[in-house]
Amino acid sequence: MKKSAIPAPIMKESLIGQRVRKPDAPDKATGKTRYINDMVLPQMLIGKVLFAGRPHARIMRIDTEAARKLPGVHAVLTGQDAVGLKFGFVRDNVALKDKVRCEHDEIAAVAAETEEIAARALGLIEVEYEDLPGVFTPEAGAREGAPLVHDDFPGNRSLHFEFRHGDLAAAEAASDLIVDNVFRPHHVTHCCMGTSCAIADFDHNGKLTIWTQTQYPYNYKMDLAPALGIDPGDIRVIQPPVGGAFGSKLDVYPYEPIAALLAKKTGRPVKVIYTREEEFQASPTRRAAIIHMRTGCTRDGALTFRTADVLLDNGAYTSWGPTIPVIMMRTTSGHYRVPVVDFKAQAIYTNNPYAGSFRGYGNVQTTWATAQQMDMLAEMVDMDPLEFRLKNAQVSGETTPQKSFLRECAFVECLETAAGASDYSRKHKEYAALRDAPGRYRKGIGLASSIHNAGGAKIHKSDGIGTILKVDDYARVTVITGASEIGQGIDAVITLIVAEELGVPLEHVTLVNNDSDIAPWDVGVHASRTTFIAGNGARRAARKAKTQILNAAEKFVEEPAGNLDLRGGWVVRADDGAALIKLERLLRQMHFQAEPELVMVTDYYEPRSEPEGAGHISDHSAAYAHAVHVAEITVDTLTGEIKVDKVTVAQDVGRVINRMGLEGQIEGGIAIGLGYAISENMRIENGMLRNPSFRDYKLITAPEMPEIEMHFIESDCAEGPYGAKGISELPTIVIAPAVANALYNATGVRIFDPPMTPETVARAIHEKRAAAAAGGAAVRRESVTA
Amino acid sequence: MMSVETEISFKLNGRDVRLKVPVVMKTLAMLRDKLGLTGTKYACGEGECGACTVSVDGKTVNSCLMYAVDCDGREVVTIEGLRTPQSMHPVQQAFVDCGAVQCGFCMPGMIMQAHYLLENNPGLTREEARRGLEGNLCRCTGYTKVLDAVEAVAGKSGAQR
Repeated sequence: MKKSAIPAPIMKESLIGQRVRKPDAPDKATGKTRYINDMVLPQMLIGKVLFAGRPHARIMRIDTEAARKLPGVHAVLTGQDAVGLKFGFVRDNVALKDKVRCEHDEIAAVAAETEEIAARALGLIEVEYEDLPGVFTPEAGAREGAPLVHDDFPGNRSLHFEFRHGDLAAAEAASDLIVDNVFRPHHVTHCCMGTSCAIADFDHNGKLTIWTQTQYPYNYKMDLAPALGIDPGDIRVIQPPVGGAFGSKLDVYPYEPIAALLAKKTGRPVKVIYTREEEFQASPTRRAAIIHMRTGCTRDGALTFRTADVLLDNGAYTSWGPTIPVIMMRTTSGHYRVPVVDFKAQAIYTNNPYAGSFRGYGNVQTTWATAQQMDMLAEMVDMDPLEFRLKNAQVSGETTPQKSFLRECAFVECLETAAGASDYSRKHKEYAALRDAPGRYRKGIGLASSIHNAGGAKIHKSDGIGTILKVDDYARVTVITGASEIGQGIDAVITLIVAEELGVPLEHVTLVNNDSDIAPWDVGVHASRTTFIAGNGARRAARKAKTQILNAAEKFVEEPAGNLDLRGGWVVRADDGAALIKLERLLRQMHFQAEPELVMVTDYYEPRSEPEGAGHISDHSAAYAHAVHVAEITVDTLTGEIKVDKVTVAQDVGRVINRMGLEGQIEGGIAIGLGYAISENMRIENGMLRNPSFRDYKLITAPEMPEIEMHFIESDCAEGPYGAKGISELPTIVIAPAVANALYNATGVRIFDPPMTPETVARAIHEKRAAAAAGGAAVRRESVTA
Repeated sequence: MMSVETEISFKLNGRDVRLKVPVVMKTLAMLRDKLGLTGTKYACGEGECGACTVSVDGKTVNSCLMYAVDCDGREVVTIEGLRTPQSMHPVQQAFVDCGAVQCGFCMPGMIMQAHYLLENNPGLTREEARRGLEGNLCRCTGYTKVLDAVEAVAGKSGAQR
């Protein structure tokens, strides 16, 4: 190779906080990316699943004879083929059922040459059911003598959580004002644009390769193995590009073991892929809940206590969602100073579709309640809601009752920034005064806030990540990381961090992160952890490589390693930027010298957080962050339609890493949260989903998306990479109650049960007007004690 | 019942194609399963989400609703046909540069629709873009950066934010 000309001095130009495009974006924008949904393997069969189509029944007879005989059919499986292969969070699920517990229970599965043949075969399977009485609300499920969803779970109790702190009776006695409401957050679902899909194939050593959309590849092996009766070590997980996940792929769902069972039976690769209708029916939901919350304060606006009694609709099986109370109790007990807490949550089995984890993980539901009660109390003590919040907001150095330590807390800055930028207090007063003015349209402004883990969550014994990094003879860097890419942009974040540390162009960094046989351990994409955890892992690995390179450079450039840096593909003198040797040249010299060395390093990063402790007391995230949203809306009081005009966001992000990705996560998070707030609703009647299509289940579309003004508060988290914190869930969590508070500001109507659809809002407005006309108070389910 | 086939010929991404398709087959299935053009996505199958958007004689259609036989004699462009072998189409480039792509699954349809809107109204405003993209669902981005990308191509970057 030619010796490169020595360039002019290269000064440090940091990439941190810059706008970096996703490395996979060009292929995605040109249709080149092969998603799992697009994959075809030689000899591949198509698997299809027969759903029960009824919520609760005994299977009296199942006849698969005609289906088996259909030409092109290779296998037909029923519950008989999955006996004893229990899986799931409490081992209550099985890939193919012997009893029906919800509408989408998988009764039989077919593998055939084509999808048409598989569908025809399903139609030939005869099943005789004996319908059973079901339970369709958690109250009904908890009732004495209610039909049992699982015979071995008495009282339909799935899981139970309690957390108490302080003397409740004394705190109640010390309260001048108490709000007491019941909130009923509803069922929604992820609506990933790419429908659920898995491809399974066994080799002749009995090892399973599964191509899956999973967002937690390592524990996934552990969870999938019992559904198949194989060793987790015999599973290789490959993660092709996916069309979204949002928490829906944080567990094993029956279509995955079904693909594997069919592959085992036929000896051929089998692909199971859902239609949109199947996707609506079979994917997990955000947990519907009944939250009875009470919050007290003194007349001068100091919070005294909060209680939450929560009934969760578990649905028919227990997926990863049921641990959401651990998160719910943090928002209930912290972020505003709540000296006394009494939290109780029970997950009750019902014959409804079952819940899983979904971006926001319980905090969407809790914040819906807490953020509205903060506004109600502020009104009762006649304080500006911002002032009331500032008075109670936690600050750096405080610890929540659960022992979450707020090391770098920017909550007050978030409150002041969002309120200041939106002129919140002035508008709030002005709009409230205009509430009963004539005219059809009302303006409203509403503020809400929340706290979320922002440095992972040690829900397993480990919350760590492994990283392997190598730099080749051409100064091209490969990062082999456990971190999964599900569209959220960890590819851009890791690329940016490694390029920052090693001074190489972004396009010279390649990520390998989709094969469990290659990449090391990671807990998965959840708990807003990946930038924090995988970012730290990547930075540590890159720094190790950099140290090795600079130490080796010493002897080639006659300059101490401590005065060297890597910039622009060169080894430079740190102080004046003088280019000394081209990095790729140095790497080759290192490689080909008498004592040769290659640059390849490993790192295992385990954050300084504690595993979930007894009584739910532990500092189980390495960082916590806050966000405040101010929503400005226009309400059509005739139709009840809410138009969200603008959202002002102030969020503690620790430090901005990839500005473009951060903005995109906040915008997208708000879109999901806004759908939850005003339009999305799974209409489940007696266990049957009535609207399994985009026609009747309304996602937010481009015209409904508000203008978003973002303020990033950089609290500089000591443990985070460059100070960064996790960011992706808070936007989904905070928006809905901000809109609810704005609706109250505009109209005096408070909605406890989302979504705030036009019908719901119009009815509430008309009821309020009717009550006012009749001279009565329009307060619904609110009581005030002095 | 699937066996009734008919031969059709049409222009696909600038090249002439001739093939036999079942009369009940939809354009989406033909593109993906018969012609290997998997850039066009299935996401709902009933014309509600726009992920399967392609251009037929210069107008965008949901290919999941259009019968393959109706492509006969027409000119079809898919996401694969927008770019040249060497470079992305300016609309694709803008989507990449503006950060409009996250999981990207809806993007082929979104970009086809954006391309159509811009072809027919090069000075498109942000508000017009919102209306024009109403039929394309995205679960990741909240559309904001999609609108930024369209606006960037329309030469109105930064305006009306």
